[in-house]
Amino acid sequence: MGATAKTVTATDWRADFPALDQSVHGQPLVYLDSAASAQQPAAVIDAVASYQREDHANVHRGVHTLSHRATEAYEGARDKVRDFINAKSRSEIVLTSGTTESINLVAQSFCRPRLQPGDKILITHLEHHANIVPWQLVCEQTGAELVVAPINERGEVELDSLLGLIDDRVFLIGMAHISNALGTVCPVEKVIEHARQRGIPVLIDGAQGVPHLDVDVQALDCDFYAFSGHKMFGPTGTGVLYGREAILDAMPPWQGGGDMILEVSFDKTIYNELPYKFEAGTPNISGVVGLGAAVDYLQSIGMQTIARYEQKLHDHMVARLSNVDGMRLIGQARRKASVQSFLLDDIHSHDLGTILDHQGVAIRTGHHCAMPVMQYFGVSGTCRASLAFYNTHDDIDRLVAALDKARELFA
Amino acid sequence: MSDAAPDMQDLYRELVIDHSRNPRHFGRLEDATHTADGINPLCGDKLRLYFRVDASGTIESSSFEGSGCAISIASASLLTEAVTGLEVDDAKSCSATISTRLTTAAPYANLDAHLENLKALDGVRAYPSRVKCATLAWHALQAALTNDTQPATTE
Repeated sequence: MGATAKTVTATDWRADFPALDQSVHGQPLVYLDSAASAQQPAAVIDAVASYQREDHANVHRGVHTLSHRATEAYEGARDKVRDFINAKSRSEIVLTSGTTESINLVAQSFCRPRLQPGDKILITHLEHHANIVPWQLVCEQTGAELVVAPINERGEVELDSLLGLIDDRVFLIGMAHISNALGTVCPVEKVIEHARQRGIPVLIDGAQGVPHLDVDVQALDCDFYAFSGHKMFGPTGTGVLYGREAILDAMPPWQGGGDMILEVSFDKTIYNELPYKFEAGTPNISGVVGLGAAVDYLQSIGMQTIARYEQKLHDHMVARLSNVDGMRLIGQARRKASVQSFLLDDIHSHDLGTILDHQGVAIRTGHHCAMPVMQYFGVSGTCRASLAFYNTHDDIDRLVAALDKARELFA
Repeated sequence: MSDAAPDMQDLYRELVIDHSRNPRHFGRLEDATHTADGINPLCGDKLRLYFRVDASGTIESSSFEGSGCAISIASASLLTEAVTGLEVDDAKSCSATISTRLTTAAPYANLDAHLENLKALDGVRAYPSRVKCATLAWHALQAALTNDTQPATTE
């Protein structure tokens, strides 16, 4: 960013991502699968490489120089994440392997010791399997019940129905910030407000929220917020569990091992303080360094700039797709971000995925780890185009042209 | 997109599109003596194959039902045409022949006349992620004729 005012465009951002600069089947790549995993900017790739080349050692252990550098880099990334989501304290940032581990941690460490038979975990019909199955497991273990708030034909969570399901037996509410399959932006603010009034903790699955919205966990006032590094342009195998400090403090450790202890004897082990209590074993240090670089990169653009740009591109994509003959849009929520699921004529999503790939257009096909959503819409799977700020109007034109080609082939 | 087109048509050959659009022997077979399910959990493809085998061990009739992509439906449809009239053992060896043909890099062997149409599936070799679509029905055939109770899967 120079001192002179310069309009930065998506084309400039795109140039920051080396993987986007390639041809697939002889066509320039159009990557519309960022909801599955986003590409990484050179800044992230270089940060990881430079850490591996120059600074690697184990963290929190040695007195030697490399161990100190590794610890600084790792803990520095935690501070960046804290700032990124505006958590009150770095103690509230637990580094995990991803959203999935973050949610399992809450299910097993927070819920399992406290749940009584007949208690309820309340989720919604549009959740990713990662925000369904951990609750099913803990329900089986404790005799608690999983309750599911309905969605409507637009793919929106029915707020009144959800609030109507809240009673004294609801122990925790878990819901997505943005649906990975449908793009629905869920009314998390209202749910959290009601839940707070009744003293019910709320976990937000922010895997799709953090890459697209300016997330402020203090403003949201949620108790837990879970997300993944690789969906926000960082490395795979990294993730975050934000938890309110008082709640995390009261939770027992999730896994035992090195790093999560202060003192171990065969009589008694004293656990480490937050957040280390939840980080047993040597962590994914280089990945977390990359996550920190991803935060720096996103902040250099600004999440509000990203959200504004993406919203326009999303609306353009939806408008263009709506005009394709034989198009069935799945997920037409009034508040929606970055994702459009669809089916074209009676072409199976995998056939369409292969045909588009042949034209250099990468989309996701299948059930998107959200089988209950597919069941609701009576389909076995959908095609899903998902955007990031490195996508452009050209990408949408290529998608639409590729769909026209598919219709010709199957005509 | 002209350079992409010929390859695509190698996968989605006319016969494949035709069989996926108008599957032969589609539906439940009454009096089936052998049946098996084929499921691809990752794709969501689900097929059920039915065979009626007479006292002499010949497949009198075949059918299938289910849902899946064009490749898996066309493969199942072509299968029912190819194995009807065969001895059970011949049908099983035909299944092995096709599975090998689709999953190895070996040069294509000649096929008997009754299997000639199955060459239409040859295009999938170039698409590793789609091979399992084409082999699903053949795994189910093996399961049905050996009376496996577990659904066949290509995962």
